[in-house]
Amino acid sequence: MAADTQISGLYGLLTEFESPSVLVQAAAQVRDAGYRNWDVHTPFPIHGMDEAMGIRGTQLPFVVLAGGLIGLGLATLMQWWMNAVDYPFVISGKPLFGIPANIPVMFELTVLFSAFAAFFGMWGLNGMPKWHHPLFANRRFLRATQDRFFIVIEARDPRFRLHETSAFLASLGGSEVEEVKESAED
Amino acid sequence: MSPAAHDPLNNTVDDPTRPNALILGDNDFTSLTVKVSDIVLERKTPRAWYVAFTVTAGLTGVLFLMIGYLFIKGVGVWGLNNPVSWGWAIVNFVFWVGIGHAGTLISAILFLLRQKWRTSINRFAEAMTIFAVICAGIFPAIHVGRIWVVYWLFPLPNYQAMWPNFRSPLLWDVFAVGTYATVSLLFWYTGMVPDLATLRDRARGRMQQIIYGILAVGWRGSHRHWHRYEKAYLILAGLATPLVLSVHSVVSFDFATAQIPGWHTTIFPPYFVAGAVFSGFAMVGTLLIPARQWFGLKEFITLHHLENMNKIILATGSMVGFAYATEFFIAWYSGNPNESFAFVNRAFGPYSWAYWIMVSCNVITPQLFWIKKVRTTVPVMWAMYIFVNIGMWFERFVITVTSLHRDFLPSSWGYYDPTVVDILTFVGSFGLFFTLVLLFIRFLPMVAMAEVKTVMPIADAHSGERRAVGDYHGDIPAASPEGGGA
Repeated sequence: MAADTQISGLYGLLTEFESPSVLVQAAAQVRDAGYRNWDVHTPFPIHGMDEAMGIRGTQLPFVVLAGGLIGLGLATLMQWWMNAVDYPFVISGKPLFGIPANIPVMFELTVLFSAFAAFFGMWGLNGMPKWHHPLFANRRFLRATQDRFFIVIEARDPRFRLHETSAFLASLGGSEVEEVKESAED
Repeated sequence: MSPAAHDPLNNTVDDPTRPNALILGDNDFTSLTVKVSDIVLERKTPRAWYVAFTVTAGLTGVLFLMIGYLFIKGVGVWGLNNPVSWGWAIVNFVFWVGIGHAGTLISAILFLLRQKWRTSINRFAEAMTIFAVICAGIFPAIHVGRIWVVYWLFPLPNYQAMWPNFRSPLLWDVFAVGTYATVSLLFWYTGMVPDLATLRDRARGRMQQIIYGILAVGWRGSHRHWHRYEKAYLILAGLATPLVLSVHSVVSFDFATAQIPGWHTTIFPPYFVAGAVFSGFAMVGTLLIPARQWFGLKEFITLHHLENMNKIILATGSMVGFAYATEFFIAWYSGNPNESFAFVNRAFGPYSWAYWIMVSCNVITPQLFWIKKVRTTVPVMWAMYIFVNIGMWFERFVITVTSLHRDFLPSSWGYYDPTVVDILTFVGSFGLFFTLVLLFIRFLPMVAMAEVKTVMPIADAHSGERRAVGDYHGDIPAASPEGGGA
């Protein structure tokens, strides 16, 4: 924590951009300046921003793979145990358990569990739902979901120094830099 | 200027030097946001909406009355008999579940194929998918006869210590349709969260802020979130693609694994999927054309979008027509007398009227879309969609009923007529479908704002330097007022 120059109750500093292309260059500068606890807020995903921010891949595909394997395993076990072990009965001369007749349910449950993993995994990794956030108290920030682009550097970043960071943000080509308070009262 | 200059809303002119814009008018991020979200937040509900809602809610009431009547009296209130033991309930089920397929095709398959024009229509089409699947799900649930043991469809422990038969396609159907409904809902909701956040941030009423706020799960456009979000969206699209192809394949297994002539064919899975997409696109168009008209969305859901949809209808309609021909060819070529009889009987037997309605609507109608004028004239294409809707319902009727009413044993031949209850239940299901559509256009964003913003030329942060596959807009010099931002 960068306690010395920090104003208590400060969440971070925010600056606003009007176009995505300036934003991408600005984000690359923030990355190069070595900040870690910062983010870009945009109304839609900007291509090229992953590299500009230095974001590495997400673990989500592995979560989905695990979900899919669980679904496949469950479907296989369930069909085998229910039709061949717990309540065996012969119908149309089909084997009690045979892969061909059991493939459709295996497939469906693989997809179902993968989709659950993708959905809940994504929201979980994103830390959502989270209905309260300091940025929501900022009037300008309402446009982050509409037509404006923001860079926010958090006060908890090890490199955060109120004046230097503020001057740095101001040099990026956005609008006036604004302080965002931790509490929503302001 | 190109000839398109005469009509600013016509972007269907074939000019290889200048790709058609996906978004027309002088729109930027702000105006797009305002135009789409104001339909929900600001605009007073049109009187016509209330009139329409009253009618559709009344029909929904009829649906539930009919279901209640069915539960009290039993399936004898339907026109089922021996040998036609599957009637309108199954026809309606296959019809509705097929309609859903267009939504998933647009949202998932066209996404994987990087068809950028999908962004304007995918939200609407996905909503339609979910509502159609809801309507579809009702019919197999109510047709079981002993409704009080409907839970036997699911692998739930019960007092008889009995489990479902997983070797039956009817049970595969439960899993296929259940998975399809769930995944479609997750996909739709995931796609909608950024737009719900937009509504939350633009809402002025406290109630709206709270409700959209809860639904938006705290979305704040963070790129660290977008990064995972896009990955999840891609994965869900990748999952939904084989899923949608499997759903109607499994539905077709209900027929194809039976031994009745006319059902027992290997062509069914691809034939059903093509028909499903065909009928679904027609239904999307049926709803989209009035919606873009009444809510002033012609700049976003352009003629170019409609023309593309018509091309898909032409392609899938031709597949369906080809499948009809193949069925006849195989019936003859197989040398199987029962199979040959079933098909000759379809075309010239007691139900030939239904067969020829099907053929004229499904084979002839889509072929008219070869003509560009037909493809790009709104009232004409809307009429075509209605024909396709009718034709595809009759296709399911023909498959279900004509195969059953003349099976192997002439002494058990019969004729099937629907009863008033059959008809009112089907009409009522349209009431439910349109009620849900009306609620959707009133309370949720009809156009995927965040996604449309990504295909606007000003969204490209790398103008001219880098472009994704299929991204033919990035480096085109300003052809329209919205070109070349920043």
